[in-house]
Amino acid sequence: MNFTNFGKYLLLLKAVFRKPEKFNIYMKAIFQQMDFVGVGSLGLIAIISTFIGAVMTLQIAFQLVSDFIPKTIIGSVNRDSSILELSPTITAIVLAGKIGSAISSEIGTMRVSEQIDALEIMGINSPGYLILPKLIAGITMVPVLVICSMFLSIGGGFLGGTLSGAVSPSEYIQGITTDFNPYTIVVALVKAFVFGFIITTVPAYEGFYVKGGALEVAQASTRAVVISCISILACDYIVTQLLL
Amino acid sequence: MIEIKDVEKSFGSNTVLKGISAKFEAGVTNLIIGGSGSGKTTLLKCMVGLQTPEKGSVQYDGREFTEMDFEQRIEVRKEIGMLFQGSALFDSMTVEENIMFPLNMFTDQTFKEKQERANFCLERVNLEGKNKLFPAELSGGMKKRVGIARAIAMNPKYLFCDEPNSGLDPKTSIVIDELIKEITEEYQMTTIVVTHDMNSVMGIGDYILFLHQGKKFWEGSNKEIAHTDIEELNDFVFASRFMKAAKKNF
Repeated sequence: MNFTNFGKYLLLLKAVFRKPEKFNIYMKAIFQQMDFVGVGSLGLIAIISTFIGAVMTLQIAFQLVSDFIPKTIIGSVNRDSSILELSPTITAIVLAGKIGSAISSEIGTMRVSEQIDALEIMGINSPGYLILPKLIAGITMVPVLVICSMFLSIGGGFLGGTLSGAVSPSEYIQGITTDFNPYTIVVALVKAFVFGFIITTVPAYEGFYVKGGALEVAQASTRAVVISCISILACDYIVTQLLL
Repeated sequence: MIEIKDVEKSFGSNTVLKGISAKFEAGVTNLIIGGSGSGKTTLLKCMVGLQTPEKGSVQYDGREFTEMDFEQRIEVRKEIGMLFQGSALFDSMTVEENIMFPLNMFTDQTFKEKQERANFCLERVNLEGKNKLFPAELSGGMKKRVGIARAIAMNPKYLFCDEPNSGLDPKTSIVIDELIKEITEEYQMTTIVVTHDMNSVMGIGDYILFLHQGKKFWEGSNKEIAHTDIEELNDFVFASRFMKAAKKNF
């Protein structure tokens, strides 16, 4: 995004936060989007998180081959990595692909088929009606998915470690319960909130200003995912730098 | 009544509208005609605020639209109905939900009242009983008629139609034209139709504005259009052999 696009993005966000025409219609749309973003992505996030946790445990066990390092470290490293980095970032990147492309293509198709013009002509604030429910669903459901991902990643680590014999169940549990710092959860949730904002607003912007036809909608969708992923990684660094 | 004065619009160095002025009266069917790229749709979009003219004024019954803020424009737009070239029906909603959508957003009517209004509008466009169909299940002509039903759901004072006959067979085109003319006269709306369909021009053109290369070239009625000696207009209206042959009978 160059500066002109960034300016247009900020103006679009300003329009998104205008007063809704009918609160109950927006509420209905918000719950629909929460179902789409949250419930609709839970299965994918569960599978990815469980496997990442399991693989992480095996790799930590492989690298910490020393009699001087207690095996309980495997659990604690897996826990902190999952909470601080893997769950928020991997969840966000997966959702940028799944949700971001859907949002961009939905809004882009509405743009090229004049449905957004139809909303405007009716006197409806189209950025608010189309983007606000998605944005609220994103900033509420992405943190929920990240919390689920944390539990499943740590649980996956337990399964991977114990089934392979890399770590015993008692050592792993001792590892994940020792020296736990609750502040790491706060950092993860701040990241999830920021990522939820990016995942919904960047694709919405790309879709909203698309011009042309099917090809341009597809290009906008690809661009939305790429820009979202880069923005997520950049914001990941900034939030980590600021909060840790 | 809608009045436009000296409207100009450019895209980069390309000036699409060059100082267009016209008056569109209520209760008659006003047509904007012209060849491809003559600026008809751009003029329509400038009039409804989908595009902003660089110069000129657009007045809705004396209210200056171009100088209005967002909230004031919303109020005027509640009085506007528009039929789009591609119908622009919301894909995820049924026919009934499409028609009820503006009512849901801007009225406090009960569900039954809104449903009754939707049924009335569907009846008006001869689509009774199609309430639960989705746009993907409709033919092109049916989509246009649902578009008209949605456009009149809020009892608009102003109706805009962007190429309502594009992609339709001649018989369905006549049905749509007659429907537009009927509802215009019945509800005394200010109706503006952008078209390059000659059947519409001859059939329903109470007032016709001819645009050529972004300029207003001619204005008059369908009774006058056959008797002009303006070369550009004759080239446009009587381009086909059929129309050339028919000209002798006008």
